[in-house]
Amino acid sequence: MVSTVEGGPTQLYIDRHFCHEVTSPQAFNGLRARGLKVFRPEKTTLTADHNTPTIDQDQPVKDPISKNQLDTFAKNAAEFNLPLFFPLGHIKNGVVHIIGPENGFTHPGATIVCGDSHTSTHGAFGAIAFGIGTSEVEMVLATQCILQSRPKTMRITFDGKLGNGVTAKDLALYMISKLTTGGATGYFVEYAGEAIRNLSMEERMTVCNLSIEMGARGGMIAPDQTTFDYVNGREFAPKGAEWDKALAYWKTLKTDDGAKFDKEITFDAADIQPMITYGTNPGMGMGITDSIPTLDKVEEAGRISFQKSMEYMGFQPGEKLEGKQIDYVFLGSCTNGRIEDFRAFTAFVKGKKKAGNVVAWLVPGSWMVEKQIREEGLLDILTEAGFALRQPGCSACLAMNDDKVPAGKYAVSTSNRNFEGRQGPGARTILAGPLVAAAAAISGKITDPRN
Amino acid sequence: MEKFITLTSSVVPLPIENVDTDQIIPARFLKATNKDGFGDNLFADWRYNKDGSPKVDFVLNNSTFSGSILVAGKNFGSGSSREHAAWAIDGYGFKVVVSSFFADIFRGNALNNGVLPVIVSPEFLAEVFTCVNADPKTTLTIDLKNQAVTNNATGKSETFEINTYKKECLLNGLDDIDYLLSKKEQIEQFEKTR
Repeated sequence: MVSTVEGGPTQLYIDRHFCHEVTSPQAFNGLRARGLKVFRPEKTTLTADHNTPTIDQDQPVKDPISKNQLDTFAKNAAEFNLPLFFPLGHIKNGVVHIIGPENGFTHPGATIVCGDSHTSTHGAFGAIAFGIGTSEVEMVLATQCILQSRPKTMRITFDGKLGNGVTAKDLALYMISKLTTGGATGYFVEYAGEAIRNLSMEERMTVCNLSIEMGARGGMIAPDQTTFDYVNGREFAPKGAEWDKALAYWKTLKTDDGAKFDKEITFDAADIQPMITYGTNPGMGMGITDSIPTLDKVEEAGRISFQKSMEYMGFQPGEKLEGKQIDYVFLGSCTNGRIEDFRAFTAFVKGKKKAGNVVAWLVPGSWMVEKQIREEGLLDILTEAGFALRQPGCSACLAMNDDKVPAGKYAVSTSNRNFEGRQGPGARTILAGPLVAAAAAISGKITDPRN
Repeated sequence: MEKFITLTSSVVPLPIENVDTDQIIPARFLKATNKDGFGDNLFADWRYNKDGSPKVDFVLNNSTFSGSILVAGKNFGSGSSREHAAWAIDGYGFKVVVSSFFADIFRGNALNNGVLPVIVSPEFLAEVFTCVNADPKTTLTIDLKNQAVTNNATGKSETFEINTYKKECLLNGLDDIDYLLSKKEQIEQFEKTR
């Protein structure tokens, strides 16, 4: 905190700024118009991910408008002397919320922003991380600060253990279905409890990533040994005496006993089963064996929206979705594009064959993940099962590139949003974890991976 | 940024809840490198058929409804942080969005572009929808100084929340960046303490 505006927001200093090609060009234009430089060039990490192809990345980008945006990104990085620029084809290139942690840019206790709502991912390290708009990207580039009002606080505790075949994604979709898509708006969330402590770093990132899908700007998990072990040794993590000093500080970053939150919610992890969504926002989720709510279960003011959603998805209120035929499977995104997601998917499909009716897009979150997939022998197993790997990027999560699901087709996606048209105009998205996606890819239907 | 003081206008009703930023401006329109022209693609997938012709049943294509105030169902602007959503709303000509609930990032983005999000009670919102359906010429008056919104069909008024700092910014047409640039020395001092 640098200062507080009287009767208004706080001036927050930003330790790490991540930047991508889609939400930054207008911010750089703003700097030029005001004749400003980038204030702290070494505090901004840039990667191209949203508007990039996932095949033939060594070739010039075919779409001229996309190419112009990527070229503009490169020109801006050069003009403003930004040293941490990872363009298409760079070994450190990939989805911004994946390359940040894996290269050690993400630290406990840091303030982290990016012109992307899934910046909440970095909260998994006990960082204060949240998405910002392009005006704020410009402010960070110009001053390394933004103005923020203090959010309300919420703690969500998951007691007990997750069942077999239940993933961190299922935990998150379960929570969002209980809170609804706007249920945490205005809050910053701390995730706590035994089930959260037992998650790996990558699983924690999946949970924090989805905080925004219930409206929370950010979600965080207190750092512990799991966190420190993950960060230690990564290229941009503190080293030597700096590490010791940082670690001592990081160990203090936990909620005081008896701290009061504006809201407290507790769930029992054992109640969670593999989840799927049935509607057009991430709050419209249910257990894979459950049925879509009937109209009388929906509050009156929301019925028009609910019916619009059912019409778009081609589903009926009260319908069960287990056994329903699907057309596409997407494994990837900042939510589920990490090595553990690929390990889980691969372990499930090992020795089986992809269903003939399914188009499967397997998109690693970064080149480092891609390399690991090869080195661990996962690619051989996937190939044997009838799958191919694409090149890293956001891909079909938001379908800015050619990875668009055709109108009317059903896609089981490990991404984060099932909004109308999100994966292509008319595309019907069913959000799920990597195991449900794997089961769907093998059977060609919505299938409980526990069976 | 343009100043905002008061506005009286007829409204465009969109009684849908959870309107996300992918509906406000679909991702495929985010390839531009400037802020112009997004208004043409505001609500593109609800507004146009595949061949680009207007969908007659969508409210923006219905000449009965017009004005510079958009009135929408609760949780408007959820999802992505894309400021393009605010640019699209502004570019189309809306100066105010009225709803009972806004997503945080959208709300901030709107304010940074001189578009005022006005939060009203669910009852007030429902009544506006009813009045506009009965008479599309129904107007609302937004008085930022007094933080008041009035439904001129019924005469009913409500006050709305906005933080004092943002209110001053809008009334005077000032940006956050002007404030931050004035604090450069303090920022450098702060860095030495890190």
